[in-house]
Parts: sequence; C-alpha cells; structure tokens
Amino acid sequence: MILQQLADGLVLGSIIALGAIGLTLTYAILRFANFAHGEFVTFGAYLALLALGQFQVLSTTTFGPLSFGWPLLASLAAAILATAGLALLLDRLLFARLGRAGVAIAVVMGSFGAALALRNLLFFAFGGEPQYYSRAIQIALPLLPRSVLGGVRATPDQLAVLGVTALLVIAMHLFLSRATLGRAMRAVAHNPQLATVTGIDVAAVVRWTWIIGAGLAAVAGVFAGLTVQIRPTMGLDLLLPLFAAVILGGIGSPFGAVLGGLIVGIAESLAVPLVGAEYRAAVAFLLLILILLVRPTGLFGERG
Amino acid sequence: MVELLAGPLAYLVFFLVIALYYALITLGLNLQWGFTGLFNVGVAGFVLVGAYSSAILTTPDDPGRIGGFGLPVPLGMAGAMLSAGLFALLVGIPALRLRHDYLAITTFGIAVTLQLVALNLQVLTGGPFGMNFVPRPLYDELGGQGGWNLAYLLFVAALVLLVWRGLARLTASPWGRVLRAIREDEAAAAAIGKHVFRFRLEAFVLGAMVMGLAGAVYAHFIGFIAPEDFLPILTFQVWAMLIVGGAGDHRGAIAGAVLVWAIWTGSGMLLDLFVPPEGKAQAAALQVAGIGVALCLVLLFRPTGLLGRRG
Repeated sequence: MILQQLADGLVLGSIIALGAIGLTLTYAILRFANFAHGEFVTFGAYLALLALGQFQVLSTTTFGPLSFGWPLLASLAAAILATAGLALLLDRLLFARLGRAGVAIAVVMGSFGAALALRNLLFFAFGGEPQYYSRAIQIALPLLPRSVLGGVRATPDQLAVLGVTALLVIAMHLFLSRATLGRAMRAVAHNPQLATVTGIDVAAVVRWTWIIGAGLAAVAGVFAGLTVQIRPTMGLDLLLPLFAAVILGGIGSPFGAVLGGLIVGIAESLAVPLVGAEYRAAVAFLLLILILLVRPTGLFGERG
Repeated sequence: MVELLAGPLAYLVFFLVIALYYALITLGLNLQWGFTGLFNVGVAGFVLVGAYSSAILTTPDDPGRIGGFGLPVPLGMAGAMLSAGLFALLVGIPALRLRHDYLAITTFGIAVTLQLVALNLQVLTGGPFGMNFVPRPLYDELGGQGGWNLAYLLFVAALVLLVWRGLARLTASPWGRVLRAIREDEAAAAAIGKHVFRFRLEAFVLGAMVMGLAGAVYAHFIGFIAPEDFLPILTFQVWAMLIVGGAGDHRGAIAGAVLVWAIWTGSGMLLDLFVPPEGKAQAAALQVAGIGVALCLVLLFRPTGLLGRRG
C-alpha cells in the first residue's frame, strides 16, 4: 500500500509542482501572492476541453495505451496560449494598474476579486458537472508485483503526466540557468532596482513571467483534468496546496516549488489512510502552518 | 400588531437582522483591515467557528454527536468569541511576524480547513446536515415568529451599537493610534519602540472575536446552521461591504453592510423573478462574478471606498 500511495502522491505532486513554478515566479518577480493563479489552472483545463471538441473531428486515434492523441496535444497548446493571453490581459487591466498605486495588498485583493469573477464565469459557461477529456476507461498497469510492499499500479496517462512534468522541470531549469531571459528573470526576482540599472528590460521580464507562469498552470490544469476530472472549483481546491508548495520551497525558487509540490502531493496522499480522503486539503494547511513556524523562508528561500 | 408583523414588515425585520449580522462581521474586519492593515481572507472561517461553538455549547444533548451541552445562550456567545479568538491566535502567531501576504494565505487556509471540518467531523458538527435546534431564547414568551424576530432585531441592534461604540473608543485611544501608525508605516512605529507584532496580533484576535460573536448571533436567530452558510462567498460579501463603506470608518462599515446586503438580496429577487428554475445555479454564479468584478473596479477607481474615506 505504501508504495502505491507514494506513486499516487507523485502524480498529484507533479500537478501541484507545475502550478507552483508559475506561482513562485510571479510571487518573486511581481511581488504579490496571486490568488487568481488557481483560476489559470481551471481556465486552461476548460479551454483545452473546448479546443478538444474542435480538434477531435480531425483525428480520433490515440497514442498506444494512452487515452489521448494529437487532438489533446493540440488542445494543450491552445490552452497554454489562451491562458497566457488571459494572464497578460489581467495584468494590463488590473495588476499593473494596482501595482502602480503602490499599495502592495491592493494587488492581492485585486487577484482575489479576479479569481472570484473568473471562477464563477467558468461555472456560468460550463456548468458545475464534472467533465472529462475521454470517457475511455484505462486499465492500471502493474509496475511492481503485490509481493513488494503491496505493489504499484499506474495508468499510462499517469505515467505520461510524470514524464512530461519531468521534461518541463528540466527545461525550466535549463531556461532559468542558461537562457538570457531566464537569467534576467532571476535577476529581477532578486533585486529589481539593480536589474534595471544593469539594463534589463523589466517590462519584458514581467510579460514573460506571466506567459510562462500561466502556461505551466494551463498544463497543470490539463493534467489534472486527464488524471482526475475537470470542475469549476479544481483551481480553487489546488490553491492551498500550491501556496504550501511555494512557501515550503521558498518564494522565488522554482526548484523549491517543484520539491515543495512533490512533498505536499505525497503528504496528502500518505495522509489519506490516516485521516480520510475528505481532509486532504487540511494536510496542505497544516504543512503551511508548520513551515511558517519552523522555517518561514522555506527550504531554498532567501527572503522572509 | 400581529398582522402587521406578517408580510412585508416581517420581511423587513428579517432583512435587517441579517444585515446587522453582516454589520457585526464588517466591524470586526474593519478593525483588522481598516485600522491595522491586516488582510484577512478567511472571514467566513471565523464566523463559522463562532456559530458552531455557540451551537455546540447551547443545543440540547444529542446522542448522535458530542454535546450539545444545553448551556445558556450568553455562555454560548462568550464561547463563540473565545474559540474564534483562539483560531485567530493559531494563524496570527505564525503569520503576523511575516509579510502581509502570508496572513492572506494562512487565513485562506484556515477557512478552507474549518469548512472541511464542519462538513466531515460529523460527531461534532453534524456534518453536511448541519445542526438543528439551536436555541432561540424566549421564543414562545415573545410571541413566536413575528414578535420574537422583532425582539431579536432590537437585541442585535443593541449589540451592533455596543460593539461599534466599544471599537470606536478603542480605536480613538492610544492603542488605536498605534494601530494606525503601524498601518501607515510599520518601520516608523517599530522605531519609536512599539511592539508591532503584539499590536497586530491583538487587533487581529479582537476582530476575529467580533466575527465569532456574529456567527453566534446568526445561529441563534435562524436556529439551524450548516456548512454551506459559511462558504467563501461570505468572505467576499463582507469585503465588498467594507470597501463600499470605506475602510477605517465604523459607521461606514455598518452602512456598507446594510447597503450591500440590500443590493445583494434585491438582485437575488430579480434573478428569482426572471430566471427559470433550471438556470438558477448559473445565474447565481453570474451574480457572484459581478461581485468580483465590482471589487476590482472599486480597487481601481475608488480605492478609498464609496461612502467614506480611510482615516
């Protein structure tokens, strides 16, 4: 049983990690806790669902044992673009203006209002019923026999989610450590004044932060839809684990956000047999309080 | 008298009791945000704790769950304030030493967690079915439905007056001046030797206690509480009330609560009239989305609030 819980936690954790990378970047570079980030996840999931309806006409073949094929990948791309566009639009209409006013908490409040509006508009447009990308039932493959600590089973889709997440995390790492833009992002996160003085185009960095953060959130949304289901509250339910992951990893550390996401996901999964599945979200909260008490800067953070 | 208290007047009484319940919560939030600059996103959680604490303490014994303890209602209300204050300590101690956004995140978390507990800890809270038979003191003596509602309105109005005057005295006192100093310039307040963390914690806990009291007021008025009475939307409504009324002004907080509640129920009635039953859930979502947009618009164009000004 314990191995199976770890595996389930890993899948959940990789979805949290993808969302948390974007949240930690916007937190560090734009300097506010974005409560609308969870809605980017939901928006991405629904947009992919909408696009899938169009693309499915072209092809219905799936990749081997997976439940999806090219149409879902095309829909994923569409969702990434649309969610990035939504983030840029929100920044232009709301966050940038509130940020200029100088009251730090006004931006947080604005993100709160935007989250409420977005979530309910999605509910209005799509209804509250859970939806799925595919109705096909997937057989979980045995990866380890039952004799080894209860064994491990996983669906091909879950394995795909893990694999793609790993690739994205490696790509993010290379981007932030090697690419000029990535290094500029780290510089702005570290010290915006100094970054401006050295000639970094802060406006461009802010723009790309939104694009990357919202894009990864959309991927997280599609993966959550693929492995669980698509609901208007899926982003809201993820928000607390996302914040716990970001703070656990240390604000501004993408690597920390990934590790934090995996820890939160596994902790939630391990807690299920102890306290029951219904208290899952409370686990993230307890972790959060614990980190704030013991080490508020997180595992890899520099600022308090 | 009896006929008059049925129909529109009875509705007005009911409306006002609920509006004043919101006014109490808004007064609590005003102390936290308006005077101290503490961003509490978990208002609904503290109200929930108050309502459930008072209900557990005062309901008659129920074999299906722990309690009720059948205690007198005033004790229940005191217990409501106490337990809301304790939960405020639980989030305030780790979060208030840090940057503002940490309090936002932790209060958001406690509201989510308390909602889960109310929904699932059936042995204490009755779970999704909620708690029935929350006592309505002197119900029969005051003439049942109509007369009692009116009497309860007077009681709540007196309570709002008491809390308002009490908070006004506190915020005008040297203690209140320190709060405003912290809100305006934390570093300066610390530099003149004020213990910023302690003042913030005191304001946060006191505000949460007022919210807990409001929860008890609600529970003993309706006589029945369920987890869905304290959803995150409650937090939004109260924020909208405070922002409309103008943060930092006690009278504005009360006026904002009554005004926003009037708009809210009014638009709800219109939806009821014009939207077919099957579209109701979605129309309600649109109503909530409207609040979100309104909140953003006020922040953008009238950051000092619609009625008053922060000061």
